Amino acid sequence: MTTPGEEAPVTSDFVRSYVITGGRSLPSSDELALHTLVTLAPERTLPLGAGPEVRAIWELCAGGYLSVAEVAGHLGLPVGVARLLLTDLSEQGHLLRRAEPPRAQNVDRATLEKVLHGLQSLIG
Amino acid sequence: MDSNPSSAETAQKSIYVSSAVTNAAKILVVGHFAVGKTTFIGSLSEITPLRTEEKMTQASVHVDDLRGVADKTTTTVALDFGRLTLSDDLVLYLFGTPGQQRFMQLWEDMARGALGALLLVDPARLEETFPVIDLIERYGLEYAIAVNCFDPAATYSEAEVREALDLLPDTPVVYCDARDQQSSARALIALVRHLLERAA
Repeated sequence: MTTPGEEAPVTSDFVRSYVITGGRSLPSSDELALHTLVTLAPERTLPLGAGPEVRAIWELCAGGYLSVAEVAGHLGLPVGVARLLLTDLSEQGHLLRRAEPPRAQNVDRATLEKVLHGLQSLIG
Repeated sequence: MDSNPSSAETAQKSIYVSSAVTNAAKILVVGHFAVGKTTFIGSLSEITPLRTEEKMTQASVHVDDLRGVADKTTTTVALDFGRLTLSDDLVLYLFGTPGQQRFMQLWEDMARGALGALLLVDPARLEETFPVIDLIERYGLEYAIAVNCFDPAATYSEAEVREALDLLPDTPVVYCDARDQQSSARALIALVRHLLERAA
């Protein structure tokens, strides 16, 4: 389906992403899943030369755990760009990561049961 | 609704996941354009649903033969999601994904680590659901059907929906009102029960 407005050729937005990432290709979801939780590690110092996006991530992540997708959503960054910057920060030891999904696509029964119980409590 | 608040506004404590949470689960809420995915997520989410975007520069190379490999058009796809804390140590993320074939990179991203998918169906546009079912099956996701009935009088019976969508006998079909939290929760419960049966 092609509707007007879905196609975005090379826009200023696209150029912006390119500048933020330094033209690097975006990491795959193997690096950080959308629902992996991240937060700033204690007692870290903002890297010298951090750009405005990294600063914004730094401030946001200093407050507690958020998923990768939430970081992107709150800061108005494309998911791929947010993931790249978060991957950088993680590799530099600045981030703590939690709740990383397993690589294999196997469903964990205990998690399913917890999800079920949680949902059932919503309907009382 | 402002889905991109400034960083100053986001500095409130309430946006963060509780520090006791150690596990994050993900369920996809899928369906064709305008079927009610965002409404469904909004009815359950404890945070204002967020919208972000994923840039697609290669999707058409793989999936849309008619366009040819030279097509480097950048497509922007909106991704809606919400969050629900289900217990002291578990949060559930609901990701709303468009069903178009050419957004396969996004699907790959979304499917990784997902428990399963709830497929929202508009009974007036059943045929638009087929490409979405294809994608769900391609990624090996278990799913349940939730017929989003804005107008119950106009809807099809479960048997009619099953036949029209050519569903397996054990694929759950439920009716829901995506605007209603309890109704949406019941639809997810039907999915998770199905996932438990399949995991047994």
